[in-house]
Amino acid sequence: MPYGELAGLRPAKQLREYFGQAILEAAQQNPRVVVLDGDLGNSTGAATVKKAFPERFFNIGIAESNMISISAGLASCGYIPFATSLSSFLLCNAYEQIRVSVAIAGLNVKLMGSHSGMTTNREGPSSMSIEDYALSGGLPTFTILVPSDPVSMIKAVHAAVKHVGPVYIRSSREPMPYIYSEDDPFEVGKANLVREGGDAAIIACGLMVPVSLDAATLLAQEGIQVRILDMHTLRPLDRAAILKAAKDTGAIVTAEEHMIRGGMGSAVAQVLAQDLPTPMRFIGIPDRYPRSGSLEELMADMGMTAQHIAAAVKDVIRQKQKT
Amino acid sequence: MIDQTATEVEQLIEMARGFRLDVLEMTSRYHAHLSSCLSAVEIMTAIYFGGVLRYRPHQPKWEERDRFILSKGHAAPLFYTVLAHAGYFDTSRLAHFREIGDELHGHPIQDSLPGVELTSGSLGQGLSFGIGHVLARRLSGLDYWVYVLMGDGECEAGQVWEAAMSAAHYKANQLVAIIDHNQYQQTGPIQREMSLTPFDEKWRSFGWHVEECNGHNITDLLDTLQRAKQVTDRPVVIIAHTVKGKGISFVEADYSFHGRGLSPEQAKLAREEILCRTVN
Repeated sequence: MPYGELAGLRPAKQLREYFGQAILEAAQQNPRVVVLDGDLGNSTGAATVKKAFPERFFNIGIAESNMISISAGLASCGYIPFATSLSSFLLCNAYEQIRVSVAIAGLNVKLMGSHSGMTTNREGPSSMSIEDYALSGGLPTFTILVPSDPVSMIKAVHAAVKHVGPVYIRSSREPMPYIYSEDDPFEVGKANLVREGGDAAIIACGLMVPVSLDAATLLAQEGIQVRILDMHTLRPLDRAAILKAAKDTGAIVTAEEHMIRGGMGSAVAQVLAQDLPTPMRFIGIPDRYPRSGSLEELMADMGMTAQHIAAAVKDVIRQKQKT
Repeated sequence: MIDQTATEVEQLIEMARGFRLDVLEMTSRYHAHLSSCLSAVEIMTAIYFGGVLRYRPHQPKWEERDRFILSKGHAAPLFYTVLAHAGYFDTSRLAHFREIGDELHGHPIQDSLPGVELTSGSLGQGLSFGIGHVLARRLSGLDYWVYVLMGDGECEAGQVWEAAMSAAHYKANQLVAIIDHNQYQQTGPIQREMSLTPFDEKWRSFGWHVEECNGHNITDLLDTLQRAKQVTDRPVVIIAHTVKGKGISFVEADYSFHGRGLSPEQAKLAREEILCRTVN
């Protein structure tokens, strides 16, 4: 069953297609937008710019380090480079260049990593990007955006162009259903409340937003109402929304398609541990590498299905009631 | 040709002597890469003061400035003294190299000081960064040259060859990589530790125009830099043959000086030698 179907969400195409649409719009609107490709433009969606503006599209080949430092040079001359590849290749191969050439001086370079999380599924773990929140989170000048649907992807790309400074945008080849309409806000650093509820709160990002909405549907059948926050910006983190959710519900579950250690949940826990200790559960990839399989199988193996989230919610509510 | 008179060359040689003294002082205080600076003194003197680089110290972000990108960031002390004497900031700040509260960091940080184009200290990134400036130049229609100073040990980094390949592919012209070929890396002679041979052939086979020169002879450097300006259809590499620690005989003889400065006694001897020995 497609993610979000249980919650009645409108199906969409793969998220990467909306990146392709958004980056083309951005290039049309702003002549300073340029695209660099690690020879995966037909996979990431970036190839839309190659067709429309070949002079502003540079295939740097299978050489991510070079691509990042070239991007830094372009940004230093006033251009707005989008360095694009599979998320794992981009952040892991070029982390040193991202850190030294881009992050330290806070250059206006945008990284767009596609095929994130476990969505390369049958390709196996080498191309999965399940450490990218930890890696980008280790770069203090970076804004980190994790869209969860077509509308937020398109708005994230435009927000990244507008923002002066380095940005990492996480994309995916998984179809993520519509959560938002055009009129819904997407403000960098401000989590979106996508479902109201008072028994517990699920703080999710990316693909796990529709999965959490499915979980909420299951829980509602048992009379449990959960709030869901779409934490689409991992930095700057919306501390106020986290604290409010903890204060209002007293029980928090985080859900992310990423290693639990060093991920979004860890960042949320840091906020709560300091300012409002609250019972928590963490949904994500435990300390082991996924293997090949369908995404559904991998999500089940890692404890990341709607059923797992629903169980975690009930578990954290039990803990809340004991204390 | 830049027609340098003998007097002008002599002035540059004297200027280089002053940079050596500054570098000696800066690297003795908190330890820094003295010998890696000394091999590049004439290269940087020729570029900044021999009429090669077009720059405006009081307008460091002038869009049509020629770029000088220091990729071998451990030559920071030399870079800072050259920038200060070029007028980018006051020479009094050189005394605060590596100290908290000023911006003369151990390795340069982009835009922390006027004239610093790139954050460096992790080798291998400057050439790619320079290509970015070339691509930007094409898009903008501006006209400038891009110079990147690299170390020879740095050329062991894979990214250098990614950059070399892509520069040729994109016909990145008005791009000049200068390699301070001082023959040593931290732990020993390059030939012994990780041979680059045949170095010139590697660059040629990647599609670059190759020049070589004596990296301590101002006249040879200026002539070579001038020849580089005649090449407009592809990138140019200048392999500048240099001596690590040039100008201080006991440093020249001992590669273990790579990452450290001198003791007060050694510095005294070094100062005396720099004052009386002319490098050319």
